[in-house]
Amino acid sequence: MMDAAHLVIQAQELTKRFGDFTAVDRLSFEVEAGEILGYLGPNGSGKTTTIRLLLGLLLPTSGSSTVFGCDSVREAAAIRSRIGYMSQRFALYDELTAWENLRFYAGVYGIRDPHVLEAICERLGLTRYRDERAGALALGYRQRLALSTAIIHEPTLLFLDEPTSGVDPLGRRKFWDLIYNLASGGVSVVVTTHYMDEAEYCTRVGIMHHGRLMGMDTPSRLKRMLQDATLWSVRAAPPMMALERLEKDPQVEFVLLAGDHLRVHTRQPLTEDRLRAKLAGDSIQLQEIAPAHPTLEDVFIHLAQS
Amino acid sequence: MSGFPLTSARIACHSLTKSYGSKRALDHVSLQVAAGEIYALTGPDGAGKTTLVQLLAGTIKPDAGDVWLSGHSMRANPGEARAQLGYLSQGFSLYEDLTVEENLRFFAEVRGLTGGTLGERVDQTLEFVGLEPFAGRLAGALSGGMKQKLALGAALIHQPGVLLLDEPTSGVDPITRQAFWRLLVALLERGTSVLLTTPYMDEAARCHRVGLLRAGRLVIEGTPEHLTRDLAGRMLEVRGEPLRAIADRSQRLDAVELVQLFGDHLHLSLQPGTLARVQAQLLGEASSQGWEGVTVEAVKPSLEDAFLALLETRA
Repeated sequence: MMDAAHLVIQAQELTKRFGDFTAVDRLSFEVEAGEILGYLGPNGSGKTTTIRLLLGLLLPTSGSSTVFGCDSVREAAAIRSRIGYMSQRFALYDELTAWENLRFYAGVYGIRDPHVLEAICERLGLTRYRDERAGALALGYRQRLALSTAIIHEPTLLFLDEPTSGVDPLGRRKFWDLIYNLASGGVSVVVTTHYMDEAEYCTRVGIMHHGRLMGMDTPSRLKRMLQDATLWSVRAAPPMMALERLEKDPQVEFVLLAGDHLRVHTRQPLTEDRLRAKLAGDSIQLQEIAPAHPTLEDVFIHLAQS
Repeated sequence: MSGFPLTSARIACHSLTKSYGSKRALDHVSLQVAAGEIYALTGPDGAGKTTLVQLLAGTIKPDAGDVWLSGHSMRANPGEARAQLGYLSQGFSLYEDLTVEENLRFFAEVRGLTGGTLGERVDQTLEFVGLEPFAGRLAGALSGGMKQKLALGAALIHQPGVLLLDEPTSGVDPITRQAFWRLLVALLERGTSVLLTTPYMDEAARCHRVGLLRAGRLVIEGTPEHLTRDLAGRMLEVRGEPLRAIADRSQRLDAVELVQLFGDHLHLSLQPGTLARVQAQLLGEASSQGWEGVTVEAVKPSLEDAFLALLETRA
């Protein structure tokens, strides 16, 4: 059992209802110092509500949570001074320069020393752009500027809301390298996202669906929830006919369409020959059957269906 | 300029260019989508994805270039060209105080359908998108997934040969997305041409062809197989602890071109023909450095790996 002092976040049976709608349903989890926790789920699954409960911006219907050992309801002010928050809609002043934006946010936290601002510009590669208007910066640099305003007061817990939505693979990679540097300096990070592949950047991932936490583990252990030989990639023409045939089979749990191939989840491990036999006949032309590596999307659907 | 030479393409555009003030939103973009083909347009926000879709749909006019839908030029014959088209824009709106069926009847009338044909099409569309049991429900009372199906139905009411979808599955859960894809595949089997924009690489990888827009230019285009071919046999997935130390060490190996750090693994892109050597080197390092739980496995490159490699070499 982990010493409570190592826990950055602790949620116990945290529940929030709005009228008869349960936004967050008996949520219990813990985050340790230095973790990058991905909080994965579609829009409306309860991700933002959870964050607001943790920060004391909403009162829980029942259950409780602590951040840095402080109670989210009674000690919210103490929590908020130690966290950083970067929203997908960056709260930047487009008419101000990068430097002026940074100076403004530093002022909010009572930081006046220009060396602190210079150091953060250097660290995030913003020095060259400090006199550019924020509105004129390329998206990747706006994102870094938003990150710099969120970490100017050296928070030890950072919340990132869909941080790399809308950037290209190169921009995403560079952003995540910055996050890993922060994490290796001891900052804990909570990333909310609905991108299955962004969750791969996290050291641990919680999967939310309809307000419930359906699993929380490292990406590789989550994928191991799917047994060997229960996930197959099938290429067949016409795909819809193959799909309908497979879905009628009691051993098949469900079939996903993925462009020109099908991903077949089976209830028990199957052999390739058994699967091949299910598709035998004149009407379906079978091109390829191979075991598939599970993705987080496969895990999500597996958990959501069961 | 109405006779574009390659008329077999259902969707074609040639040298499309569009500026807003001094900003060039789209710069000489040409592409084609064949019957029964699905094409994914991907790229960062502001790269010009939505502008391109709006130009293809004829809702804005290009500064130069033209669009042909089923061979009809948008410039010379916009009415004919638009008649070929179903278009689902971002933030599509339905009439929330009309029922599902009334919404479809409305869009059918807009598309000039009348009498028996209209009723027949509405019924067929309800059946196709699976909303028959909800025909009498107010659109405002539908779930997100059902609204999306209704919007797709409205775009398909006149059975267009071309379908344009601007980020159709953003923010929806994988199960809803799956249901949406089933409808798309059924349309492709009927020969419809589909062009969609998506921020999801895994969704783009499901399409027949993918194009990457950057600053208004189509910089990379091809089938997912073609785009990842260069990296085939050159990707390793490495696991173990401490992961950051393993990443730093890997970076220093000659044959390693790029190290990507993920939450609990690394992706290494290697110089051609060095896979076995690097694998052996890393396993050797694992025992001499005392790394724990190290696995080094050859993996198929993803579309994201491929784009990253292509963009890195151009940067």
